[in-house]
Amino acid sequence: MKTLHANLSKEFLSHRKDADWHNDTLWFLRKKRDYAKDQLREWEQLRQAASEIKRHTLSRLPHYLEKFEQQASQNGMKVKWAWDGQEVNVLVTKILRENNVTSVVKSKSMLTEECGLNHHLEKQGFEVVDTDLGERIVQLRQEQPSHIVVPAVHLRKEEVGKTFHQFLNTEVGNSDPSYLAEEARNSLRRDFIKAEAAVTGVNFGIATNGSVVVCTNEGNADLGVHSKKVIIHCMGIEKILPGLKELSVFTRLLARSAVGQPITIYTSHYKNPRQYTKEYIIIVNNLRTEIYKDEGFREALKCIRCGACMNTCPVYRRSGGHSYHHTVPGPIGSVLAPFYNKEKNKDLPFASTLCGSCNHVCPVKIDLAGLLYKWRQKLTKETSQAVEKTLGFKASTELLKNKTVYKMAGKCARLKISSFVLKSSYNPWNKGRKFTDLPKETFREWYKRSNHEE
Amino acid sequence: MRVGLFVPCYIDQLYPTVGRASLELLQKSGCEVIFLEDILCCGQPMANSGYEHYTTNKNYASPFLEALPNVDYVVAPSASCIYHLTHHLLKEELEQDKLQKFKEITEFLHDVKTNFVVQSYFPHRVALHKSCHGLRGLQLAKASELGGTAFSKIENLLNKVEGLHLVIPAQSDECCGFGGSFSVFENAVSVRMGEDKLKNVLHEKVEYLTATDMSCFMHLEGVFKENESVVKIVHITEILNSSL
Ligand code: SF4
Repeated sequence: MKTLHANLSKEFLSHRKDADWHNDTLWFLRKKRDYAKDQLREWEQLRQAASEIKRHTLSRLPHYLEKFEQQASQNGMKVKWAWDGQEVNVLVTKILRENNVTSVVKSKSMLTEECGLNHHLEKQGFEVVDTDLGERIVQLRQEQPSHIVVPAVHLRKEEVGKTFHQFLNTEVGNSDPSYLAEEARNSLRRDFIKAEAAVTGVNFGIATNGSVVVCTNEGNADLGVHSKKVIIHCMGIEKILPGLKELSVFTRLLARSAVGQPITIYTSHYKNPRQYTKEYIIIVNNLRTEIYKDEGFREALKCIRCGACMNTCPVYRRSGGHSYHHTVPGPIGSVLAPFYNKEKNKDLPFASTLCGSCNHVCPVKIDLAGLLYKWRQKLTKETSQAVEKTLGFKASTELLKNKTVYKMAGKCARLKISSFVLKSSYNPWNKGRKFTDLPKETFREWYKRSNHEE
Repeated sequence: MRVGLFVPCYIDQLYPTVGRASLELLQKSGCEVIFLEDILCCGQPMANSGYEHYTTNKNYASPFLEALPNVDYVVAPSASCIYHLTHHLLKEELEQDKLQKFKEITEFLHDVKTNFVVQSYFPHRVALHKSCHGLRGLQLAKASELGGTAFSKIENLLNKVEGLHLVIPAQSDECCGFGGSFSVFENAVSVRMGEDKLKNVLHEKVEYLTATDMSCFMHLEGVFKENESVVKIVHITEILNSSL
């Protein structure tokens, strides 16, 4: 009855040292985040404000999107709409072809990752280079990012050293982080010079002035945008904010939640294209309206992709991002994934203890544990379930609601034979644990015996 | 004050001493305690596994609804059951003020029995594990993730126990890895979380680990035993009920 997530986690955990490192590294980020939030007395008010702004914006999403489109077009941006991932890919290809572009630098965007843009462009013969360092590492290895903020956190520096040696010709066995970073920078610099177009993701779209805001720590989006004549920003429909005043709440929350920094190093506003530059904004739906339509899950669209829920999640930290087998991993990923494929991702809402820590760190106060709980109810009914699981829970339901059966079963369990079964190695509970010694009598029996009843 | 004591299924079957300590403790606090014999389970094990629809029938909700008019409060030594009752099973059935009548036992002793004097003696070094449903669900203490002023109803009570040396281990707020059926279906991660908990507790060289939820301990005790740990587990009611 093991799920895909459970199997992949087990595999991840079997490399004990690496798994420990993963856990410790992300816990370090969580601690930095705690320290950063403790510096702000108004932290909870900020979260509340962010949550309400997002709720308000979502409640008038079409209005703000239209306003944004209108403003951005007035500014000279070429605004396009894409219904799904495929349409994004086709649109980008078309733009690149029209402008005779063959190579592209990209700055990190989970949205284009979601659409499989890299893969699509490469198949069409374009050269695509991811310019965020972590993203570049996983790109070279032909892997998916395992975290939305630190995409290569599943790798240790030795592995990065090997990868760079293989693809960037660095020294054998050298895994000194400064050396590797320097070499990556040199190689990326060549890519930046060579490329003819830049693609970026979008953190926030500002409805009042039509600008897009991109936050990076490495400045790689800016290097692309400032040096290219063809620029494409890909923005999910949920990224919209009413105005700059609202944005100020989010710039204070984003980096603190993500890695404990007071602010992202580069928060760039792109509003008017430079002369001789063609700048596009592609506004992408890709199933977001499905989530939007479902009132019970709509709040998942509040997410600003800070990654805090991943850093705090004790399951994510111990099982690694790839165990979630979906573009966005961790708690929010598990909420989004079933929208993309119910059957394939039905295990993910169960890959949580529902401890609720994610709810508490989420800067926009998404009730992640509540949404996972909700998915569990839906998925149990709407997807195929292992027969033994359904039967098992059906049996427990009957057992726990019927006093006579319950008492009898309890009595049986106290008999030696059942106790033997409970403690045997066939009982899945006993993997890594020992079953507790059964008491001689239940509370009920004691209560009765000690004259509490007539 | 009349209090209905709800002893959840797994405490009844596996940890009867916790039920007993709860009963005695409530009596010591001056309550008339009625054991709610007809109530076996809140339905959480099924609901958290996606089978809530098996439990919303009258067999699960109605015993609680029937018990309520006869008592001032329904109290249970299990935050996760109270959380499930108030946030899922009975949420649609009862108004907020009625839902408030369901209390986890430390919450009850702390918030309702405000002049209850803890007269207990437990001369040991004890580490605290802050169980998730109590901590984040019922807000028995401020979780480390949240901003604002720290408080802890649990620690307030434990600090009154004579002889007790309370220790808060590293990552005391982190989930122990139980999570109901999670512990079986996601065995590897679950056990690993339990082992990490043990590591942090061992670091403090304590004799006991305590918590508000025995469900955490069902799992942790198993992991501790497997690792031949010397740290014993003890439910908070057993500490509060231990006498001079
Ligand atoms: S759900 Fe919340 S915590 Fe998680 S990535 Fe989104 S905004 Fe951040």
